[in-house]
Amino acid sequence: METIPLKKAARTLQITILRHNPCDTSSVPHLQTFMLEEADTMTLFIALTEIRETQDPSLQFDFVCRAGICGSCGMIINGRPGLACRTLTKDLPEKITLAPLPAFELIGDLSVNTGKWMRGMSERLETWVHAQGLEQLDINAIEQRMEPEKAEQIYELERCIECGCCVAACGTAQMREDFVGAVGLNQVARFRLDPRDERDDADFYQLVGDDSGVFGCMTLLGCEDMCPKDLPLATQIAFLRRRMAAVAISGKPASKIKPE
Amino acid sequence: MQIIYTDVLVIGGGLAGQRAAIGARRRGQDVIVLSLVPAKRSHSSAAQGGMQASLGNCLGGQGDNEDIHFADTVRGSDWGADQAVVRMFTHTAPKAIRELAAWGVPWSRVKRGERQISVDGQQKTISEADDAHGLITARNFGGTQKWRACYVSDGTGHAMLYTMSNQAIAANIPVHERMEALALLHDDGRCYGAIVRNLMTGELLAYMAKATCIATGGFGRIYRVSTNAIINEGMGAAIALETGVASLGNMEAIQFHPTGIFPAGILVTEGCRGDGGLLLDGKQHRFMPDYEPEKKELASRDVVSRRMEEHIAAGQGVSTRFGEHLWLDIRLLGAEHINTQLREVKEICQYFLGVDPVKELIPVRPAQHYSMGGVRTDHSGHSPQLRGLFAAGEAACWDMHGFNRLGGNSVAETVVAGMIVGESMADFCESAEGDIALSTALARDFGHREQQRMAAIVNNSGTESAFELTRLMQETMTSKVGIFRHGDRLQEAVATLQQLQQRCANVSLRSSARGANPELVAAYRLQRMLKLAQCVAYGALQRTESRGAHFRADHPQRNDRDWMRRTLARWPEGSTGLPALDYETLDIMAMELPPGWRGYGARDYIEHPDTALRQQQIDSALSTVATDDRHSRQQALMPFRQLLPAHLQADNQRLGDE
Repeated sequence: METIPLKKAARTLQITILRHNPCDTSSVPHLQTFMLEEADTMTLFIALTEIRETQDPSLQFDFVCRAGICGSCGMIINGRPGLACRTLTKDLPEKITLAPLPAFELIGDLSVNTGKWMRGMSERLETWVHAQGLEQLDINAIEQRMEPEKAEQIYELERCIECGCCVAACGTAQMREDFVGAVGLNQVARFRLDPRDERDDADFYQLVGDDSGVFGCMTLLGCEDMCPKDLPLATQIAFLRRRMAAVAISGKPASKIKPE
Repeated sequence: MQIIYTDVLVIGGGLAGQRAAIGARRRGQDVIVLSLVPAKRSHSSAAQGGMQASLGNCLGGQGDNEDIHFADTVRGSDWGADQAVVRMFTHTAPKAIRELAAWGVPWSRVKRGERQISVDGQQKTISEADDAHGLITARNFGGTQKWRACYVSDGTGHAMLYTMSNQAIAANIPVHERMEALALLHDDGRCYGAIVRNLMTGELLAYMAKATCIATGGFGRIYRVSTNAIINEGMGAAIALETGVASLGNMEAIQFHPTGIFPAGILVTEGCRGDGGLLLDGKQHRFMPDYEPEKKELASRDVVSRRMEEHIAAGQGVSTRFGEHLWLDIRLLGAEHINTQLREVKEICQYFLGVDPVKELIPVRPAQHYSMGGVRTDHSGHSPQLRGLFAAGEAACWDMHGFNRLGGNSVAETVVAGMIVGESMADFCESAEGDIALSTALARDFGHREQQRMAAIVNNSGTESAFELTRLMQETMTSKVGIFRHGDRLQEAVATLQQLQQRCANVSLRSSARGANPELVAAYRLQRMLKLAQCVAYGALQRTESRGAHFRADHPQRNDRDWMRRTLARWPEGSTGLPALDYETLDIMAMELPPGWRGYGARDYIEHPDTALRQQQIDSALSTVATDDRHSRQQALMPFRQLLPAHLQADNQRLGDE
């Protein structure tokens, strides 16, 4: 008998969730604990879905792709921001505490309005290629060439999924509502790198050359530590800060400063 | 109830919807986009491997053009596609990718000189030409004669969707996020917008528009095992169906992707096999060459998925407590390739399986992936039955995929369809047909109806659970309307779905939460999903042949003689049981490429008498064309350019053109 290994008993997870429904005037933020039997390969997506279907159908959360690609399910998992869909419960202790991402408008329970925040950031930083004649393109002609390495460098920054984990992990963002966050600064770095974008450093300085932009960063590095896509955020911010400082010091008019 | 007025209402914020919105906006129309989720989170972002466009820049793509892309797509569709639409698509795809390149997508580029690749399990050195350096490159995909899938590492859809969304923001197009269309406003064959529910507050609104476009993607979530995002519940197609006027085309045509990771069903891209990955069985034997000596792992998806299931049924799978699976082996591609060109795949394996694909095998099994069917439209994306209603992308059936879609053709379709449908909506709005006399009473009536439907759920005292019935529907679809179909089991599925529809009337809620109430959302969506599921199951039962992804074990042959027909499903108002099916003939005498063998898969099929006649016609027509110019020869067989907006009609330039 001793030679037969005993199957480890399934754990009972104790999942505590910070709950609040702003649509209900009588709702008060509170913690609620659910007990759930763990299953093989269980993710927080599976666990939360099961809680909603079998215990409390009013529980609010956001999942879309459930594959770590779309950035919908950022939440605070045992004190750290992360993507719930690809967090396996077996990597967590029995007691799990979940809370909505801070710094975003609460929709309900674990659901926050990252979409509205990100759209605001995009509008403010104009996160699109600025080039003359985009509406009169000759799309029959062979495309403009780009160095293969340049395309790869741009994609490296383009991998951001706007999940909001970097904003939730950022000290400045907790204190300054208007801080564009690592997500915004990364966007600026991405378009700055893009040869198709005709803006120069002086233009970017207008967008992020103050404390709500690149000079608001306190270099706490929470963004880079918590980025689910492992983007080189701290490096990008440090580099951008140097370039923006150069613009400020040079005092030259916009068109005279060439980006590197 | 608040009423919002606009010229064009686009329901769905993915690639197709946003491109259509941009097109209509540029023509001066007011546009509003509705999206269930923030637009950049749409399922378009999950497309990994590539977008088909015949640029012909890289070595593997040399000599590629619209003609070859056309033939691949028609063969892929098992001759179910509308060939004029396929021509419009293959002609516009290069323009679409070049537009996106200028707009900001960081397409992977050709690098001059030698590099190592993996082909058919062997390492090989190839050399890319100097003059192609820096142009958009492509990788190999299934069912294609050329390397045509242009890509951005394996985050192609993500990069495309971000660029598209950013352009929509630049064009100042409002996206009303977390909004769900519950019903189309319509009267006397004319669509006027939609009744919409705010998924944050639960409030109902009406949007009234001259033109309404459904671009809500597929409905994979009627299945238990699907690569689709959980929002892909087909609500756009369902509300079109519920008008009782518009029809859905070829709903039984469902694609299963060969490589969903097991058991979660999350997709790993076809690019794994395109770049040289292999499929292995329980004995780690490479089995695809045994079944498909020509294309091996790179036959079309329907064929590979069927062969995999066949092999598992023959006892050659890997047994686990969750069931059986096969292996995908990409170890031979090497760490550098995987770390740069397949990094999303690597992350997915790492996070969901605890597997490092550089060193280990990936457990895979086919999973529901794509809906070829959808809202039936003409070549311009316009519903023939419900004027003012348009559809684009996976939600539509215009019909370029027929019974099987080629990998990389769907993200390409989203953008191409958006380019075309945006124009046709603008044309429509500018025409006399686009004029409307708005009736706010219509909005009030429809709003009232939706309110009553929801009240009927909220006040129901029945004992059924929406979550439980949804699970039963998904189980039924996966077990009985899957890859291998049979009349008896389809009959059972239809009966089960009918029972579920009846039980659905007794769904009650346990929660009366204020706001959107996720349980209420599940309950009202279930009613609509059951109708879609029934269109699929009943359509599959009636189609007594095998074509593309629709395989009937009891009717294993493709039957051109009796089934060169597209299924049209309608749900007449008040009907509770089954959709009304009609059939639309595909005219072989108008085809540029008459039916034949696909070059992979089964060789035997029942011919249509017109096939030989049409081939004779084609041969004699071509013999009278004096020139070798391929465009003139094509024009002699099936003219299509007049169907495109004027600015999309010109030839595409390629390297080596004079």
